[in-house]
Amino acid sequence: MATQHSRSAARFMMAPAVFLLLVWMLVPLTMTLFFSFKKYLPLRGDSMANGLEWVGFANYVRFVGSSSFWPSIQATLVIVGGVLVVTIVLGVLLAMLLDQPMWGQGIVRILVIAPFFVMPTVSALVWKNMFMDPNNGLLAYLWKAFGGTPVEWLSQAALPSLIMIVSWQWLPFATLILLTAIQSLDSEQLEAAEMDGAPVLKRFWFIILPHLSRAITIVILIQTIFLLSIFAEIFVTTGGAFGTKTLTYLIFQRVLESQNVGLGSAGGVYAIILANIVALFLMRIVGKNLDA
Amino acid sequence: MEYTARTLLGAAALSLLASTAFAETLTIATVNNGDMIRMQGLTDDFTEKTGHEVEWVTLEENVLRQRVTTDITTKGGAFDIMTIGMYETPIWGKNGWLVPLDGLSADYDVDDLLPAMRAGLSHDGTLFAAPFYGESSMIMYRTDLMEKAGLEMPDAPTWQFIREAAAAMTDRDNDINGICLRGKAGWGEGGAFITVTGNSFGARWFDEDWNAQFDQPEWAEALNFFIDMMKESGPAGYATNGFNENLSLFQQGRCGMWIDATVAASFVTNPSDSTVADKVGFALAPNSEGVDKRSNWLWAWALAIPAGTQKADAAKEFIEWATSKGYIELVAENEGWANVPPGARTSLYENPNYKDIPFAKMTLQSILAADPNNPTVKPVPYVGIQFVAIPEFAGIGTEVSQEFSAAYAGQQSVEEALAKAQALTNDAMEAAGYR
Amino acid sequence: MARAVTNNRKAINTGLAWLIGLLIFFPILWTFLTSFKTEAQAINDPPLFLFFDWTLENYAVVQERSDYLRFLWNSIIIAGGSTLLGIVIAVPAAWSMAFVPSRRTKDVLLWMLSTKMLPAVGVLYPIYLLFIQLGLLDTRIGLTIVLMLINLPIIVWMLYTYFREIPAEILEAARMDGASLREEILYVLTPMAVPGIASTILLNFILAWNEAFWTLNLTAANAAPLTAFIASYSSPEGLFYAKLSAASTMAIAPILILGWFSQKQLVRGLTFGAVK
Repeated sequence: MATQHSRSAARFMMAPAVFLLLVWMLVPLTMTLFFSFKKYLPLRGDSMANGLEWVGFANYVRFVGSSSFWPSIQATLVIVGGVLVVTIVLGVLLAMLLDQPMWGQGIVRILVIAPFFVMPTVSALVWKNMFMDPNNGLLAYLWKAFGGTPVEWLSQAALPSLIMIVSWQWLPFATLILLTAIQSLDSEQLEAAEMDGAPVLKRFWFIILPHLSRAITIVILIQTIFLLSIFAEIFVTTGGAFGTKTLTYLIFQRVLESQNVGLGSAGGVYAIILANIVALFLMRIVGKNLDA
Repeated sequence: MEYTARTLLGAAALSLLASTAFAETLTIATVNNGDMIRMQGLTDDFTEKTGHEVEWVTLEENVLRQRVTTDITTKGGAFDIMTIGMYETPIWGKNGWLVPLDGLSADYDVDDLLPAMRAGLSHDGTLFAAPFYGESSMIMYRTDLMEKAGLEMPDAPTWQFIREAAAAMTDRDNDINGICLRGKAGWGEGGAFITVTGNSFGARWFDEDWNAQFDQPEWAEALNFFIDMMKESGPAGYATNGFNENLSLFQQGRCGMWIDATVAASFVTNPSDSTVADKVGFALAPNSEGVDKRSNWLWAWALAIPAGTQKADAAKEFIEWATSKGYIELVAENEGWANVPPGARTSLYENPNYKDIPFAKMTLQSILAADPNNPTVKPVPYVGIQFVAIPEFAGIGTEVSQEFSAAYAGQQSVEEALAKAQALTNDAMEAAGYR
Repeated sequence: MARAVTNNRKAINTGLAWLIGLLIFFPILWTFLTSFKTEAQAINDPPLFLFFDWTLENYAVVQERSDYLRFLWNSIIIAGGSTLLGIVIAVPAAWSMAFVPSRRTKDVLLWMLSTKMLPAVGVLYPIYLLFIQLGLLDTRIGLTIVLMLINLPIIVWMLYTYFREIPAEILEAARMDGASLREEILYVLTPMAVPGIASTILLNFILAWNEAFWTLNLTAANAAPLTAFIASYSSPEGLFYAKLSAASTMAIAPILILGWFSQKQLVRGLTFGAVK
């Protein structure tokens, strides 16, 4: 049992991490909130030193009123959702395959996890230029070789292409976590089911999938945190054109391209709200699943 | 005789500088264009002459812009020299964020800078950035394909001729597109191109009261013309093609014509990179029949010193070195005259060595034909040809060009794109307090 | 009783797994191959796979243009420093959450994770201004701190899940023997948690290495890591696929090699408590 002594020691040991994260959260958050109620156009000479004009909720109204706002929420959810579906479905299948006995398992595993080490900028550059370019890309040659017309990936299928690029980066992560979970599955249980003549699909549905639910939750949680803020991939490939402008990217446009810090900060506050809605939703599932 | 005297004087001045000034280390932010990469390679010459060391921060254009803008607006002081363009310079200069480039040495000969460049890099008559190279835009075309099509390129063609010629040159079976143009989203990419095209159809961004003008017929005409022509004779996926993609297509011999920056002329005529180096002709950028404005822009990449740097003197020395006549000669010596940074100095175009360069004359003519103070047929409240020199433009221009690119890709109609552009432009101008 | 697996089935598995593995790996392989081509060969029609004149020229050009080792060194320092700093701060916190849980523990944990959802672009200006004030702009220490803070929630959480798997009885036994808290952590807990800590370190090193927003926006010449190095090769004037490939290879090779050598450790610990 934890004594009073160890309890206070515990609190003491938690303090640095909690304190640092509190500062890291509160300082920018306060400043973002502060800016979001101000007119702050740096290129027009506005600065903290000169004092900023209070504009009330004007930035908030304007940010939501923009024709880009709802499409950006939609794009965000489509990308996050799309990547989650692709990585989890393929990840489960791949994990099950990798769990089977085979020759050269170690090398295959090395090949499969490799994309996880690639910088997002590099992966976006490589996909955009060397694969998806409609004139010089490898996929264009492939299409032409089979008599097809090259697909203009990043304009005509911009969202699916982006989901593909990001999924490529995150598939290894999902696969690894799911693989570890599968390996911990009691093989006797599976064998028993196999002996009983349970068909493959049934075995998958009633034994494997329930066993993986916890791992899937983890994958969803971690990936969502990272996917909500993907930026480099969009910046490099489409620059937000063709319906790929996510909320994060819209904020980037407001803050850095339009140099309207007040407006962008209001967008930042919306993004925090969206993130918290998603987080709350996630915690519901995770809370249930992590309850250990 | 005179020559030696000047060298002596120069040497004396330099040794004086070297003895009085501290050796500094300058941090310079620059863009990863070929001419700047070349400058990096020649830095030793500068260090030798002045004793100052240079640290380069080389970034691609979009990242560079974002990086230096953040730094200048927050007075971060991370850089001693920034590479900026004709769009940023007057705005930053007006805000007092740049060190005025006055008191340049007589040897530098500031009056030798091309007047258009000098004007574009000044605010209220004060020079705030020195042009490293300057450009306009012009037509680059394949002389062999033009001949094969039985046509002859006039020195100053119209859009109607260009469209006809493009259709005649197109040979889809052999993978030859009559014309390659920028469609890529971004104010400095396709945004710049469609803006000058608009100018040459009589369109403008704003009326004199800063109302967006995308609801006017000239824009619809320009956009429809552009899209129809590209459908007939343009390459696949032109909605994502920018300068780089088109350059590569042209060098591979897959374009009949390409209308783009004059600096590209040295790339397409360079036999080591281009398969069509000896078959390229040049002409002025087109206009629509009966419209008195041509579609050529004006741009310069320039070096500027952010106010507040401790090393302004050394930075000025660097700028004098990098944009001097001497630097041009240094590059000519090392890389040949075709590769010197063009479009900045009058003397370059009077230099007999440069006269033989095939694209020199047309480059100069294009630059001279561009007038940033008078970019459109109808009067406008702004300065700038392919951009509007107000701080909000980078954001607006990019968003508008994203709507246009979506129209190029067939994802929305021209009417939809223009309506959205109109709404978002007015909205942004309201946010900035213009309307 | 082991399941009898026919060689036939094993062969099918092997073929399928290798095919998929190579497919997933192919973009990296292609980048690697392209980095040894000339620019013309890089966009050759049809594409060239292995039979071209291999050249090291691209690497020479890239090295001449930018001092690769300096970027590499910054990456190592920043990624390594932020990871170690994070571990030092996170181990005590994770320990107390795992062994002296209170009603709030789970809330605190989830709150920590939620700080990661703050969009970085939205707070660029505040952070930039703060960095100027503190004189941290373009310093390795500044970036180390930022990346540590970004990854701290993940570190705490990973460690927490490992610590929870350690049976509390062992710790109590140690306590009975009169071990102090410090000794308990140092001699009992840490050795048992080594695999978990190792994989935490690896994962966070990778995340810090690949972080491309702060590392690009808060640096100039002194502290710029490989993410800034690659930003000088993306979209130059013209399509330089071969040089881009060479620069890409140089940027990802160190972390890729590290990842491959340590993949056993990484994989063993990368469970986030998913396995019970």
